[in-house]
Amino acid sequence: MATSTTTVPSAGPVAGSRSFLSRIREGDEIARMITFLFAASVVLITLLLVFELWQGSVLPRHKFGFNFFRTSVWDPIFDQFGALPFIYGTLVTAGVSLLIAVPLGIGAAIFLAELAPARVSDTLEFFIDLLAAVPSVIYGLLGVFIVVPLMRQYIQPGLKHTLGFLPLFQGPAYGVGFLTAGIVLAIMVIPYIISVSREILLSVPRDQREAALSLGSTRWEATWKVVVPFARGGILGSIFLALARALGETMAVTMVIGNTPTISASLFSPGYSIAAVIANEFTEATGDLYLQSLIELGLVLFILTFILNGLARLLIVATSQKGAGMGHT
Amino acid sequence: MKRIAAMFLVVLGLAGIVWSQATLSINGAGATFPYPMYSKWFDEYHKKNPNLQINYQSIGSGGGIKQVTEGTVDFGATDGPMNDEQLKTFQDKHGFGILHFPTVMGAVVPTYNIPGVDAALNFTPEALAGVFLGKVTKWNDPVISGANQGVKLPAEDIVVVHRAESSGTSYVWTDYLSKVSDEWKTKVGKGAAVNWPVGLGGKGNEGVTGTIKNTPNSIGYVELIYAESNKIPYGNVKNSAGAFVKATLAAVSAAAAATAQDMPEDFRVSITNAPGKTAYPISSFTWLLIPEKFSDASKREALKGFLKWSLADGQNYAESLSYAKLPKEVVAREVKAIGKIQ
Repeated sequence: MATSTTTVPSAGPVAGSRSFLSRIREGDEIARMITFLFAASVVLITLLLVFELWQGSVLPRHKFGFNFFRTSVWDPIFDQFGALPFIYGTLVTAGVSLLIAVPLGIGAAIFLAELAPARVSDTLEFFIDLLAAVPSVIYGLLGVFIVVPLMRQYIQPGLKHTLGFLPLFQGPAYGVGFLTAGIVLAIMVIPYIISVSREILLSVPRDQREAALSLGSTRWEATWKVVVPFARGGILGSIFLALARALGETMAVTMVIGNTPTISASLFSPGYSIAAVIANEFTEATGDLYLQSLIELGLVLFILTFILNGLARLLIVATSQKGAGMGHT
Repeated sequence: MKRIAAMFLVVLGLAGIVWSQATLSINGAGATFPYPMYSKWFDEYHKKNPNLQINYQSIGSGGGIKQVTEGTVDFGATDGPMNDEQLKTFQDKHGFGILHFPTVMGAVVPTYNIPGVDAALNFTPEALAGVFLGKVTKWNDPVISGANQGVKLPAEDIVVVHRAESSGTSYVWTDYLSKVSDEWKTKVGKGAAVNWPVGLGGKGNEGVTGTIKNTPNSIGYVELIYAESNKIPYGNVKNSAGAFVKATLAAVSAAAAATAQDMPEDFRVSITNAPGKTAYPISSFTWLLIPEKFSDASKREALKGFLKWSLADGQNYAESLSYAKLPKEVVAREVKAIGKIQ
């Protein structure tokens, strides 16, 4: 993404040697202005979005203030609205999904890019792209009919039996809950991680590998110590793409999370996420305060995404400066 | 080839002119629960009156109230009547009121999954309120087993399942619980979405049913229509006369008939916990919301015509779709009320 912005100034010195009129005639200036408008529209849309969410949530912002983020009662009848359980649920499910998806996704990407024969790699890539295009409601249905019964009958009792001393795996096994939502989300985001990471790994220059191999490292050492660090920026990018998807996912999450605004250390507990509650309650929300509280939840989700994306950028910048030659951002 | 294309365009254009002159289109939006009934009605009525096209979007009761108040649709539809505050908002915005017209009735039934129990269970109001408040936690609690002599209920924890999204079904269910339990009324209240004391949220009737099927020892509630069309077993509920009643269309109509004589002028009435030995206690009307004044006379007359038809011939379509017909007394009063639309 960073590379696209650098092309504009680099055209400067060449363009500067001609007159403005000739540049217009040759189309450079027009192309520049039109593409600038397109680029500016992205910023404009983002600002309008924030503005609308901000405007649309005046009532709860004034009534609850900061308590909106601290309290955990969500009661449309008595007009009490607190966002904490939803924020918690969103972060926990996204976190669980990344814990599962990152090792699996990156492992698969390394195999496809470095170890598998090109034909196998390309064939599998086709299936991975297909997976990425499956609508989330399908994943939700699979979650309800396959993952939830499996979780309730086998996985949750198994975890309780072996790791039940941890507060993470306690309480009744309903099948639905944070863990199930995290697993379904992981299945959904893995294709993103694999697909993007594979491309990044494939674009690592060949001489990097050859240099490592010629120095006597094994194939795995060359992959793990040279190629993967070289592609670190891009791999991190793929993870944050996956995170963004996990944070905003609505349909699949609401079908398996249990839809109960609770904060519990146990991953077996049913929970709720921001996107899910907005989708569930928006259509029938009567009363201005109720509706505006849902809009404020939208604002909260936007801010969460904004913060996490910002952190992601920082992380990429920090890690790319550590090593030399981190070409991909 | 070109000539054919040109002729086709001309014919299409003429057809467009004729069509746009003759067809009046009326837009409505709201409740999802009566949607199968309404779409059947609008379709049948369109067949009889090809010049009138009524479009209906089932966006939910809250959305229906909102849109008709904003004036973006000609009429709304809701499963729970508008409250006084909402009526006032409408009055202030438009300078005239909005009328409620009950169209058909439905019921909400308790459904459950207890391994080893096949019999239809009997539920008392105390049992339902206790379970949904989280106070009755075991299936073999005396408050449940007392009404089910001879059924062996397990000493297992009850898993409560409710609707995750706002819905008219939840409105009817919580309206009933508010009437039979003071604690429910003060702690939780009635509404399309409430702060549920316990339980898991399933999305839609199918989400609730799916969760119950997957979870042993669970209980939830679904619309009667949904239970019937999907062959889901459901329990009987004790009504205010002390009889355990199975939800049937006749029992729902009985609930409406029992409350017909005390029906307020504006038809905003809840028929949950209705009196009468045969009345099913968790029944409800669903309403069309029609503004009192229409500036467009053709729309007004068309809607009045449709309302009259829906109260007469239209009622005959109800039972085949598992909705209960309106009692005669209510129909007679509604026909009179149509005159209020100006």
